Amino acid sequence: MIYIVGALILWAMGWGLNARLANGPHAKRRTVQIAVPVIFGVTILLIWELIVRGLSVPLVILPPPSMIAATFGQSLPILWADFVQTFVKGALSGFFIGGLAAFLLAIVVDRYDFLRRGLLPVGNFMAALPIVGTAPILVMWFGFDWQSKAAVVVVMVFFPILVNTVAGLRDTSDMQRDLMRTYGASYGQTLFKLRLPAAMPFIFNGLKIATTLALVGAIVAEFFGSPTLGMGFRISTSVGQLALDMVWAEIVVAALAGSFFYGAIALIEKGVTFWHPSQRT
Amino acid sequence: MFKRSILPVLAVLGVIIALWYATCIPMNAAWTIQQLERSGETMTTTEHIVDSWSQERPRLPAPHQVAAELWDTTVMKSVTSKKSLVYHGWITLSATLLGFGIGTTLGVLLAIGIVHSRTMDMSVMPWAIVSQTIPIIAIAPMIIVVLYSVGVQGLLPKAVISAYLSFFPVVVGMVKGLRSPDAMQLDLLRTYSASNAQRLWLLRLPASVPYLFASLKIGVAASLVGAIVGELPTGAVRGLGARLLAGSYYGQTVQIWSALFAAAILAAGLVILVGLIERMTLRKMGERP
Repeated sequence: MIYIVGALILWAMGWGLNARLANGPHAKRRTVQIAVPVIFGVTILLIWELIVRGLSVPLVILPPPSMIAATFGQSLPILWADFVQTFVKGALSGFFIGGLAAFLLAIVVDRYDFLRRGLLPVGNFMAALPIVGTAPILVMWFGFDWQSKAAVVVVMVFFPILVNTVAGLRDTSDMQRDLMRTYGASYGQTLFKLRLPAAMPFIFNGLKIATTLALVGAIVAEFFGSPTLGMGFRISTSVGQLALDMVWAEIVVAALAGSFFYGAIALIEKGVTFWHPSQRT
Repeated sequence: MFKRSILPVLAVLGVIIALWYATCIPMNAAWTIQQLERSGETMTTTEHIVDSWSQERPRLPAPHQVAAELWDTTVMKSVTSKKSLVYHGWITLSATLLGFGIGTTLGVLLAIGIVHSRTMDMSVMPWAIVSQTIPIIAIAPMIIVVLYSVGVQGLLPKAVISAYLSFFPVVVGMVKGLRSPDAMQLDLLRTYSASNAQRLWLLRLPASVPYLFASLKIGVAASLVGAIVGELPTGAVRGLGARLLAGSYYGQTVQIWSALFAAAILAAGLVILVGLIERMTLRKMGERP
């Protein structure tokens, strides 16, 4: 009972603090803008801990955060091996292959108007489909190891990057293209000096969408068969053993990997598209 | 119209199908050659090609085999049969729609809360954005098992996953939409001395409709993926995800491909339906093309 009351008091305190910070005079400061969501997150974690202990929720339903952290700390080698198998081998290699293939095809498609009219509707349509469903087929073709996961990731990231790159390559005005023509620029020069740089915000938008898809593809593909390691494999077997603390630890890894992957792409974007209005503050 | 937009699409689809048929030959030939070596018979090249398009368990089924299986399991079977794709599709679709409804409703409510409370905005919004970069689907198996252990099973666990996946796109899109009225419009309502509720109903909600539909299209596709993935980890026996899983266990490639196409048709249908509703709503609200 004391835990529940503690949780309620904590909630009121955390919310009160945030309300004061958010409506206070320093709300626009960067430190406050970071502090408020952090306080919110920490409050949620503490309340979770208190409520699980207070109501003595069984471990097979919801383990407390402290236990998840302990499991995370104890099984670092396993988690690292899973991370390498699923993220580095499966997701990253698939992301690069799929991204590069989509990029090259986009440049070809952009060159021929007929192809663009034909492929773009098909690509847009494919981007909305549940492509994860190809996982069982690709696992059958490429075996249980990371190659099949990379193949799923290739198919998943391909269409968003293709569609965004093609859209980006068209994002120059007639005036800009005419200017290049008056300079007597060749197709290659126009592509590299004008159209590709102008397309970068779109390309990075596609890449950012693809980061999440890459992880989803690599994890879900492991549900259809995998060697005895990998994040998806660990999640499905630990769920079977009702070892939910391990599942949560693996989810923490997935969340960290996803956020850092996205963050890394966003950082590269900042460096490449420093000229774009959305990056200038 | 035909020459500019339909013909190129048909040409691309034609090339894809031709490539598909061509890929079938090397993919499926190995099995035939193995069989022939065992029996000591020989085949001409034409026989080889025809054979690669008509195997019972090919590595890559030919398009007409998939089409025949789709026809066989939708039109020819009664809808209540366990072999009917309409039956499995309905199981998945009902979970998708229920989850999509729950996720959208909660998403809109949270967005309204965020727009009206600075505290909520600053506390929750960063997490809603971050949550889009993490593979939420990883928790699907856990949700199924946890809900099962507290006695909830069947439609609801899958719907929870669907709801979860459609929730965040709707929150992010709706917050953008509810904030889209500019300062002048908000000032005008203030000069009318409109209440908070009036400002919401008369200005913010109508202004957010285009944003809502953009998120709904993403959300409904995500919901379907959620429902399909929700059927995988427990070894469910009903639904499109279960058909995929069963097909991969027993090497029934034609079954996998037909389930995949059924899922694709379902997804396309849902997105098109949302698009139609969007167009009707916007026209009713007075948008001119």
